[in-house]
Amino acid sequence: MSDKILSGSHAPETNLDRPLYTPIKRRSFFMYAGATAGATALVLAGCKDDNNNSPGMVNVGSGDAGVLNYAYALEQLEADFYTQVRMGSYYTSLGSSSAEKQVLDDLYYHEVIHRDFLRAAITGAGATPIKALTTVYPTGTFSSRTSVLGTAKAFEDLGVAAYNGAGQYISTPLYLYIAGKIVSVEARHAAIIRDLVSEGTFVGNDVVTISTASSSSVSTNNAPAGSSLERSMSPSEVVAIANTFLADGSKLDVSGIR
Amino acid sequence: MNFFQILSEIEKVDPEVYDRLDSRRSVFKHMSGVGQKLTAAALPLFIGSVFNKAYGQTPSGLTAVNVLDFALRLEYLEAIFYSQRTALVGLSSANANALTLIATDEANHVSFLRNVITSTGNTPRTAVTAAEFDFTGGKGSNAGPFSDYRTNPATYLALAQSFEDTGVRAYKGAAPLSVVMANKTVLTAALNIHSVEARHASRLRAMRRGGASNSTPAQGLAVSPYSSAPKSWISGTDNGGAVPGTTDAIYGAGNNSGAPTNITFEAESNTTQGGVTLSTSTSTAFSGFPSAAFSEAFDEGLDVGTVSTIARLFTVTGSSLF
Repeated sequence: MSDKILSGSHAPETNLDRPLYTPIKRRSFFMYAGATAGATALVLAGCKDDNNNSPGMVNVGSGDAGVLNYAYALEQLEADFYTQVRMGSYYTSLGSSSAEKQVLDDLYYHEVIHRDFLRAAITGAGATPIKALTTVYPTGTFSSRTSVLGTAKAFEDLGVAAYNGAGQYISTPLYLYIAGKIVSVEARHAAIIRDLVSEGTFVGNDVVTISTASSSSVSTNNAPAGSSLERSMSPSEVVAIANTFLADGSKLDVSGIR
Repeated sequence: MNFFQILSEIEKVDPEVYDRLDSRRSVFKHMSGVGQKLTAAALPLFIGSVFNKAYGQTPSGLTAVNVLDFALRLEYLEAIFYSQRTALVGLSSANANALTLIATDEANHVSFLRNVITSTGNTPRTAVTAAEFDFTGGKGSNAGPFSDYRTNPATYLALAQSFEDTGVRAYKGAAPLSVVMANKTVLTAALNIHSVEARHASRLRAMRRGGASNSTPAQGLAVSPYSSAPKSWISGTDNGGAVPGTTDAIYGAGNNSGAPTNITFEAESNTTQGGVTLSTSTSTAFSGFPSAAFSEAFDEGLDVGTVSTIARLFTVTGSSLF
C-alpha cells in the first residue's frame, strides 16, 4: 500500500511523472560509457546566435553554452597570458630551482588545460566555441616581477569572481560541477600569487568580504561585511575588466548570460 | 505536523518553488495517490514526491536547509580547530598571522551560515562546542595520532591542510545538488565560501611546503611525492595527503549513490573530466606537459556521506554531529 506513495520511480506511469519542465534535447554533452541520451536529458539551452551582435564584439551566447563559452574566453586570456609570461624576460631570468618558476609553470599548464578542455567540451556538446581571441597587454608586462605577478594576480582573482558569479546561470548540474572543479584551482592559484606579491594577502578585503560588504550589482552575488565570502562578479562586471586585455574585435559581449 | 507551515517554510527557502508547480493550490494535483486516504505518517512522503518533481533529483531527501546545516557543522569544526592554535611553538609571525586570518574567516562563515538559516525562517542549531571534537584523532581519548597538535606546528598544519582540502571537496559536491541549484542565493553563497576555503588550502600547503618557521612561505619548493612539501594544488592523490595512511580518504573517491546526473566523486588523481580523458595526446598544446598537471588542473568533489566519515575521525565517540 505504501509503495504507491514513494517517489516517481515507483509510481504508476502517469503524466504526473514527467518532469515539470521540458528540457531542450540536444546531442548529449558528454556521451561517455554508460550514459544514455535518455538518462542524461541535458539542457543546453540557447545558442550563439540568440542575441544581436554588437559590431566587432564576440557574443558568447546564452544558456549553458553561453556560460561555457564565457569560461572558455577567460581561460583563453589566462592561457595566453602565461604563454607570454614564459617567453618574457622576467621568467627567463628565473633559475631552475626557483619557487616562482615552479608556480608559473604550473599555472601555464593548468590554464592551457582548462582552455582546451572547455573548447573540446563545447564542441562535444554540439555548440560552437567562440573564435581564438587576440589579447593586448601594456608594454613591459612580461619584463618585470611586479608586472608579471601583478597581472597574474588580477587574472586569477578575476577568474574566481567570474566562475562564482556565473554558477547561478548554469542549468545542467554537471556543468556547474565542472565549473566548481576549475574555480577552486583558480583560487589556489590566486592565493599563492597574492602571497608572492605581498606576504599574507592570500585572502584580503579586496577579494573576500572580511570588513566590507560586496558591491556587485547582482543581488545574489552580495555578501555582508564580516562574512568572509568571495566577492563574486556578474559576467558584465567581469568583462569590463577582461575586455581591457582584449583587442578590438575580440572584446566579449556577455549580454546573453542571464 | 502543520502542512501549510511546511509549504510556507519551503517557499522561504525557494520563492520560485510554486512557480514550478503552477500555483500553490495546484501542488495537490501533483501528488501521486491523490484521492487515496492520507495518513499522518504518509504525509511526508507525499510532500517529498511533490518536491522531487519540482527539483528533479533530490538525493537522500536533503533540503536546502539541511545542506546549509551540513556546511555550518563543517565550519564549526574548522572554527573550533583554529581557535585552538594559540599554544603553537615555532611558527613564524607570517604564519601565525595567516592562521589568524583563516580563523577569522571560519568564524565569519559560522555566523554567516547561521544568519542564512535564520533568513529561511528556520532556527540554526545550538552552537557547536569543542566538546564534540577530539582533534588528536583519538575519538575522545585526546591521545590519538595527532596528540601534539596544539603545540607542534607540523602536526597542526597537517590537520589544517586536511580540513581545508576536505571543505573544498564538500562544498564542491554540494553545489550541484538540485536543492542548492534551485536557490541562486544559496548556491552563490556556497560557491563564495568554497573558493575562500581553497585560498586557505593553498596557503596552508605553502606553509607546510616552506616550513612552519619560514617567514617567506610562498618561496618554498614543492617536493614529490608531496605529502610533506606539497604544492598549493593537489597533485594526483598527494601520496595520501599530509599523513599517508590516515588522511588518504580526503584524496580518494567518494560514494556516487544519489549523486546528480552524470556527476561522480572521483579520487583527486582523476584525469577524465566529463568523459574527456586529459593527457598529452588530447591536444597538441599539451605536448611535453607533465602528467601530474592533468589532475592538478581540476579539484574533485565529495559526497556528504564520505565527508561525514572523514569528519568523524575528529569527533568524540558518542557525538552525533556527523
